[in-house]
Amino acid sequence: MESKSGPAFVCPIPIEQYPTVLLAHGGGGKLTNQLIEKMFLPAFGNPMLGARHDGATFSLPSGKLAFTTDSYVVRPLFFPGGDIGSLAVNGTVNDLAMCGARPFYLSAGFILEEGLPMDMLWRVIQSMAQAASQAGVQLVTGDTKVVDRGKGDGIFINTAGIGVVECGLAISPAAVRGGDSILLSGDIGRHGIAIMAVREGLEFESTIKSDCAALSGIVMDMLAAGIEAHCLRDLTRGGLAGALVEIAEGARLHFEIDEVAIPVMEEVRGACEILGFDPLYVANEGRFISFVPAREAERALQRMRAHPLGEQARIIGTVAEGNPGLVTMRSSIGATRIVDTLSGEQLPRIC
Amino acid sequence: MRFIDEYRDARAAQQYARALKRITTHPWTIMEVCGGQTHAIVKFGVDELLPSEVTLVHGPGCPVCVTPVELIEKAIEIASRPNVIFCSFGDMLRVPGLSKDLLSVKAAGGDVRIVYSPLDALKLAVDHPEREVVFFAVGFETTAPANAMAVFQASRSSVRNFSLLVSHVLVPPAMEAILSFPDTRVQGFLAAGHVCAIMGFTEYEPIAQKYRVPIVVTGFEPLDILQGIYMCIRQLEEGRAEVENQYSRSVRREGNLPAQKLIREVFRVVPRKWRGVGEIPQSGLGLQERYAAYDAEARFGIAHYTAEEPAECMSGLILQGIRKPLECPAFGVRCTPEHPLGATMVSSEGACAAYYQYRRRKN
Repeated sequence: MESKSGPAFVCPIPIEQYPTVLLAHGGGGKLTNQLIEKMFLPAFGNPMLGARHDGATFSLPSGKLAFTTDSYVVRPLFFPGGDIGSLAVNGTVNDLAMCGARPFYLSAGFILEEGLPMDMLWRVIQSMAQAASQAGVQLVTGDTKVVDRGKGDGIFINTAGIGVVECGLAISPAAVRGGDSILLSGDIGRHGIAIMAVREGLEFESTIKSDCAALSGIVMDMLAAGIEAHCLRDLTRGGLAGALVEIAEGARLHFEIDEVAIPVMEEVRGACEILGFDPLYVANEGRFISFVPAREAERALQRMRAHPLGEQARIIGTVAEGNPGLVTMRSSIGATRIVDTLSGEQLPRIC
Repeated sequence: MRFIDEYRDARAAQQYARALKRITTHPWTIMEVCGGQTHAIVKFGVDELLPSEVTLVHGPGCPVCVTPVELIEKAIEIASRPNVIFCSFGDMLRVPGLSKDLLSVKAAGGDVRIVYSPLDALKLAVDHPEREVVFFAVGFETTAPANAMAVFQASRSSVRNFSLLVSHVLVPPAMEAILSFPDTRVQGFLAAGHVCAIMGFTEYEPIAQKYRVPIVVTGFEPLDILQGIYMCIRQLEEGRAEVENQYSRSVRREGNLPAQKLIREVFRVVPRKWRGVGEIPQSGLGLQERYAAYDAEARFGIAHYTAEEPAECMSGLILQGIRKPLECPAFGVRCTPEHPLGATMVSSEGACAAYYQYRRRKN
């Protein structure tokens, strides 16, 4: 289910004489150059980055451009199923994919904390390189700053990305129509519970891995098959509920979903029951919803299921007229309730 | 998932709904005591399956909601002190005091941490002997044994930098208080299953007899609740007022005796203020004299603190089952989870918060 991650690169750390990041590594002098030459260039190696210019210049295939940016501050830096590096690449790739764009180029800005072990940075860089290669994008420009110890949290990464919309669709909440089917690409809640388990030292019988993955492949497959996607949205911090409510509000339409159609892995459900969480609100990093005309729903579903990241894809609901901005869910016992965004993050309950 | 899916089965739920319809001939009002039950009822839409004659009102069993504002103020005061690690269950952090909540204390630099067990807080105290570690011991009888265990272990291993800010409350006195109100609408109770898992249910038998109300010890899944309601309505229709146990997979009549022994070892029964309701005699737990050294109020010299509830909110009436959230003019307008006016909007298990989350725009 997950993208193939793990230590495919086993290169030894190339900067041996500095076991930790120093302020000078962000100072623009020799140490900065060493960081670029020994770590960033070999990992991300491509001619545009290799040109060592102030920015990257490139041509793109014709079509509408998509441009996005996101910052990554996840703690812990490494978690089951991913790390801040793969997250920073996949997150931005996914935002481009949700515009219907094929992602091409990424920038990466690093804010490092003084004292960060160099091997940790190296692992993150390698993970980014691997994620970029899997997603078919290139990291073509970047920046590194180092802040005083205590002023950061190890590594913060910002990535921005450019992609090209090759299909003629205007994918957005405004394009959603009454009668559309709502499709979900897979089971929800893995990333949030994986992070929570590491962060809070919760141990379950089996390790829950983040679903962190690049969704550009599965989305491009759908669009290449001529699926008329009205809207696409990756599920991130606000979970499935957050994505649905945002789009319902943007589309001024009413979404009706079915609780029993939403796949949740047994371990994730168990963890949610213990903590008093609702999986609808738990974060994901490799799942998305798509809105397609009902007549295309079956075909879209088959396309999604043909991709490894969409094997568990389901139709989870439909778009109705009236009640603009409302999301309702048929509960497992057959009653109906509202699905709304939360006022803050979910907090574990007392009992 | 085992022990979950079978209690959320749509066909079985519909069968119970039909059975309820068959036996219900009069209008009845039942209170579910526990906030966890309220949350499940509104989340799964259990009340939508009930005959129109049956009204559910939502009880005071949300520990976060009923923690009095002065205890929150005390927590904020302690958590703001420089050498303190203040530990709490997650959902207490957003509960507003008079001017701020514990999350704001954290944002301002206070060391406020979410823990999953009071023993985690005790471990922090052992690991940080130079700091004062305080655990916010909130909850009903359900959480009392674990909190008692933390104090018991701290005492046995002579950990001195650990203390509890205690705000424990007890269910039976609150039920009696509700039944004693002149305006009470409650004709039967679903008692809180997990409280009874600890305490058993013998202490409910005199209440059922004295006030002539059926009390059904009930679990938290939709089918548990439907079955509990069914058992309660059947008693009402038959003119019985007994204590029955729907949640027999978890609850025995005598409860968990070692847990009760531990509670008695560490805690004693004290009068306690309930947010939105006021003081109820003999309705809470405080530390026994022999464990007084672990009382954070005494340690930080704040026992004298008092604070009064803002007057505008009708949460007291809601916690007593006299009003329902949608009958409040402030609901969803001046009172939201972001800016709660009072008790029942602050926790996700509070009745107003549950209605806000799941029902708001239907009505």
